[in-house]
Amino acid sequence: MQAKKRYLILLSAGASLVLLFYLGGVELPAARSRHDRSRHGYRPDQPWPHFSDPLQPLLAWDHTDTEEYNLHVSPRQKRDVNTSVYKGKRCRMDSCFDFGLCQRNGFKVYVYPQQKGEKISESYQNILSTIEGSRFYTSDPGQACLFVLSLDTLDRDQLSPQYVHNLKTKIQNLPLWNDGRNHLIFNLYSGTWPDYTEDLGFDIGQAMLAKASISTENFRANFDVSIPLFSKEHPRTGGDRGFLKYNSIPPFRKYMLVFKGKRYLTGIGSDTRNALYHVHNAEDVVLLTTCKHGKDWQKHKDARCDKDNAEYDKYDYKEMLHNSTFCLVPRGRRLGSFRFLEALQAACVPVMLSNGWALPFSEIIDWNTAAVIGDERLLLQIPTTVRSIHQDKILSLRQQTQFLWEAYFSSVEKIVLTTLEIIQDRVQEHGSRSSLMWNSHPGGLFTLPQYSAYLGDFPFFYATLGIKPLPKFTAVIHAVSPLVSQSQPILKLLVSVGKSQYCAQIVVLWNCDKPLPAKHRWPATSVPVIVIEGENKVMSSRFLPYDTIVTDAVLSLDEDTVLSTTEVDFAFTVWQSFPERIVGYPARSHFWDSNKERWGYTSKWTNDYSMVLTGAAIYHRYYHHLYTNYLPTSLKSMVDQLANCEDILMNFLVSAVTKLPPIKVTQKKQYKETMMGQVGSSRASRWADPDHFAQRQTCMNKFASWFGAMPLVHSQMRLDPVLFKDQVSILRKKYRDIERL
Amino acid sequence: MYATGKYTSRGPALIPRMKTKHRIYYITLFSVVLLGLIATGMFQFWPHSIESTADWTIEKRSVHDAPLIHLPVSSPIPERGDLSCRMHTCFDVYRCGYNPKNRIKVYIYPLQKFVDELGVPISSTGLSREYNDLLSAISDSDFYTDDVTRACLFIPSIDVLNQNSLRIRETAQAFAMLPRWDKGMNHLLFNMLPGGPPDYNTALDVPRDRALLAGGGFSTWTYRQGYDVSIPVYSPLSADVELPERQPGPRRYFILSSQTAIHREYRGELERLKEENGEALLLLDKCTNLSQGAASARKRCYKGQVYDYPQILQESSFCVVLRGARLGQAALSDVLQAGCVPIILADSYILPFSEVLDWKRASVVIPEEKLSEMYSILKSIPHRQVEEMQRQARWFWEAYFSSMKAIGLTTLQIINDRIYPYAARTYEQWNNPPVVKWASVNSPLFLPLIPPRAPGFTAVVLTYDRVESLFRVITEISKVPSLAKLLVVWNNQNKSPPEGNLKKFKCPECTAIDGLSLDQTHMVERSECINKFASVFGTMPLKVVEHRADPVLYKDDFPEKLKSFPNIGSL
Repeated sequence: MQAKKRYLILLSAGASLVLLFYLGGVELPAARSRHDRSRHGYRPDQPWPHFSDPLQPLLAWDHTDTEEYNLHVSPRQKRDVNTSVYKGKRCRMDSCFDFGLCQRNGFKVYVYPQQKGEKISESYQNILSTIEGSRFYTSDPGQACLFVLSLDTLDRDQLSPQYVHNLKTKIQNLPLWNDGRNHLIFNLYSGTWPDYTEDLGFDIGQAMLAKASISTENFRANFDVSIPLFSKEHPRTGGDRGFLKYNSIPPFRKYMLVFKGKRYLTGIGSDTRNALYHVHNAEDVVLLTTCKHGKDWQKHKDARCDKDNAEYDKYDYKEMLHNSTFCLVPRGRRLGSFRFLEALQAACVPVMLSNGWALPFSEIIDWNTAAVIGDERLLLQIPTTVRSIHQDKILSLRQQTQFLWEAYFSSVEKIVLTTLEIIQDRVQEHGSRSSLMWNSHPGGLFTLPQYSAYLGDFPFFYATLGIKPLPKFTAVIHAVSPLVSQSQPILKLLVSVGKSQYCAQIVVLWNCDKPLPAKHRWPATSVPVIVIEGENKVMSSRFLPYDTIVTDAVLSLDEDTVLSTTEVDFAFTVWQSFPERIVGYPARSHFWDSNKERWGYTSKWTNDYSMVLTGAAIYHRYYHHLYTNYLPTSLKSMVDQLANCEDILMNFLVSAVTKLPPIKVTQKKQYKETMMGQVGSSRASRWADPDHFAQRQTCMNKFASWFGAMPLVHSQMRLDPVLFKDQVSILRKKYRDIERL
Repeated sequence: MYATGKYTSRGPALIPRMKTKHRIYYITLFSVVLLGLIATGMFQFWPHSIESTADWTIEKRSVHDAPLIHLPVSSPIPERGDLSCRMHTCFDVYRCGYNPKNRIKVYIYPLQKFVDELGVPISSTGLSREYNDLLSAISDSDFYTDDVTRACLFIPSIDVLNQNSLRIRETAQAFAMLPRWDKGMNHLLFNMLPGGPPDYNTALDVPRDRALLAGGGFSTWTYRQGYDVSIPVYSPLSADVELPERQPGPRRYFILSSQTAIHREYRGELERLKEENGEALLLLDKCTNLSQGAASARKRCYKGQVYDYPQILQESSFCVVLRGARLGQAALSDVLQAGCVPIILADSYILPFSEVLDWKRASVVIPEEKLSEMYSILKSIPHRQVEEMQRQARWFWEAYFSSMKAIGLTTLQIINDRIYPYAARTYEQWNNPPVVKWASVNSPLFLPLIPPRAPGFTAVVLTYDRVESLFRVITEISKVPSLAKLLVVWNNQNKSPPEGNLKKFKCPECTAIDGLSLDQTHMVERSECINKFASVFGTMPLKVVEHRADPVLYKDDFPEKLKSFPNIGSL
């Protein structure tokens, strides 16, 4: 009864409102006054008049591009003029960089040998050893495209103990200096009190700068690289992960906005921090400053210092950092500050208050996705601004801080490699990364444009682009033993894999010392079988990016693997849902052996796993490229010498990229004839060797130390067909053969 | 540990229970207000609409009615543009201020005609059709304000799109005479054809103080990154010719060169490429036998054979856009319109809207020096990428090149994004064509995180009145170690949830309706739901998979007590 009336009221009210809007909307007083004016010939909602007369077009039809240009100026000459005119502060790649040096040998970086008696700071040493350990390094200056000094240029503050004297003469005396052409100079600090200029105190010539705290005024776009300010303690490799362990929704934390830091009472950069107290509310906006720094702070202190200092001591910086949604990053004396990286790691969205700072790696990072770019002039609006940001946006900003931190900032190595990759992208313009590759998982360092510049060729962007991988795979069988009998496992394997509806072709990689068997010895299959003779017959060659692999998916197989067609089909359908991961049958696990203080490897049946062996696994063909081109020679040659561990290394690599575990499918655990107790006619498998297992332990620890951390992730999940072992008729099951095995 | 919430399935009651007396009062009040509003609305609506239709016919104005302004010879000249200008140094942000809509307000100066003391106009063409279209579009947009005191950005009505038609010094003086000029602060100038013979500078030569420049031919040396906006050179063919969008895919020609004013050095190189690669290349030029004029602009020739331009652009996968005297070329717009992938050969050129557009996905940039290697460079690009580029190219044209309106509003949006960066349009919004926007999946939880167990989970149990099965669920689920909280949603309006000792409550009128899903009508309803949802979403977002997750040792021949999840599958 009551409800009935209620609805009646609602209905009539709704109808009336609809009517009202239909008739022209609720008129507001302001709009009414506009109409009044319009009666007197003035039309405010159409203030740019509609001119009735014919207007001339911008460009006459016959006047496309001027003929006199054709006659007088040679474009080649014009290019040469540009390159000779634009030097110094107006340097650009076109005018101050010799692309010719990079064409012969690709993007190679030379580091000057260290001179005796030259002191090098730990940070700079880290930079140099990163370059020397990278795939870009060359020890031959004749091959180099880019040159890096061994003279420490990081700290150019004259008052600093790290300051290197007489740099000017030392650099001018370098035989390869060539006015700094194709040189890259790293710098963290420049200038000193009171003006903190950005001048390095020596003539950098035509060299590029990789500099922290660089201002947009001095920043030569697409020539210099802005790098973040990092501390002496910043780890060389690996680096700590971001602090965000899980997403909380709603994403608000205890504090809205925090800051804790020094206040400069006078001089450059002091205004913003001096004004922070206006915004501080001691509740959710906590902005604390202290005057206590320097020797004679008492001399300069102002009326607010004592109160501010007392408030400052009440709060713990770490606690605030971890419990705030936003973190203020105001400029210090220089534009950049340590606060920036600290906030980024802590998943506290940085609110930048540093006008004119060319943000770190701004050439490639879209900082609007991970930070709030404030304006020092609008300090008082900052609280309103951050409060107006929708919680969905906060959630996204926060996740992006973590992605960027881990992709580009968490170690000196990442900072240096990012710098080099940015320059490489400029050198190889038509084969460089698009912005999406830099700004989305897994980031530019793992997305190599030499493989392809097309996003759809990588396993990471299918969802973003709304496309799917090709519904076919290429099987790559790694053959090491000669073909002697027609009952050999490899022949059975060829037949069962060839029958899969998703199989496009089978590649047999012949890594056996014996010559290739005659063509007719291979069984007839409905798909093409391509036999490739391994060049060096080494383990790593199974992961070479062969041109014959044209499908997105690779099914990697050992020669003695036993798999049925159904198993192959099922694994492939699973992979289509997880194209960036390794999907396969044999699972293994790693663990931390606290007695020996090292990583351990186990093949026992456990409740979890962190590796899926590549003897029977499907993964994206991009990982072949990454394995071959991203990993250092030291690890690959270790694999080749041992003829072991290549599958572990692949798992390390893929997990380092995805930050996720591989995926094991169905129950099957034994996947080799030898394991199943039927000793084949082939020679004893390398798996039977007792050293084999010990080697794998060693490999794990070697790999973990190169990656700087343990990238493997455990999983407790295995994927089975939907009706697997359910009590329904076997005829209703699509993958019924899997249960029979 | 247990929290109980009340919730009605029909949504929260809009009108709370109230006494009858009050109800009548509210209804009366509401009706009176409503009638009043309707009356006001009608009163306003009718006379206004009659009048405005009349306006449309009467109020056509002429550019010749614009007031005449004489520029004294000694009138001040602004300084040349300052190359170090950035938003934080040369732009007064206080004029924009905090604004809940995060939108800048743009004012357009009324049209005036500037002449020198002898009465000679400062521009040979006056207001061009294109600049008129641009200003109309801005004044029709949400950015526009007619209140000069509230404006954040000022746009002079002095047309400087084509520098060739300008008297430089006098134009500069005219700028300085604008009432709000104030050293050019917050003023935006649009220029598509900068420079003039013989040097062809890459930015407008008119001295302009601190004014922002939306320019159509910047080089890396004149472009003030983060301050100026690089815009396209508008092609009049955008409006005159309709080219239907073609499906991405291979085309008849691989490379097409259709520009007419190519320097002979470069034409020589192109001819050499043509000799090497034959039919894959089509090298067009002006038709010598046709008279000059609009018709000849729409024709191209190769060895006496005549082709329709720009239609021929649709027949090629790649189209050359080579610099002329200027870096910016209107041909870029034609090429994009045709869905042909531009090969841009213009060293140090700042591509249009490069601040927001990802040109790497829509074009191939090749250094002029490598023109001779063009063919092999393009051959190395995979087919799928070419198709993506073709689609992107067409999308860029549609969204950002197709009209003066598109160019003008994109420029304003870019400046808007700088002033309100926290409300800026995203990369995806700028770069994804509608097809991709529909098909792509962007999870709000995009970071690959495996959350720790510690925070546990919250169980949400929906119940109507089957209390017994509710208790069974509660008992079972509360055994789970990771359960942090249990929330029961009582979905029965007619009954209060059981209070006190929950376990002793019995529900006498409950009938077993197990096997609900077998009920025929139930299934039909759910199918209808699925169809309805799919039509609202515009697509079927659900995906079919053939796998399910089990524990690693599920159904393995292995001691149950060693398994982490031994009871799974036993129900």
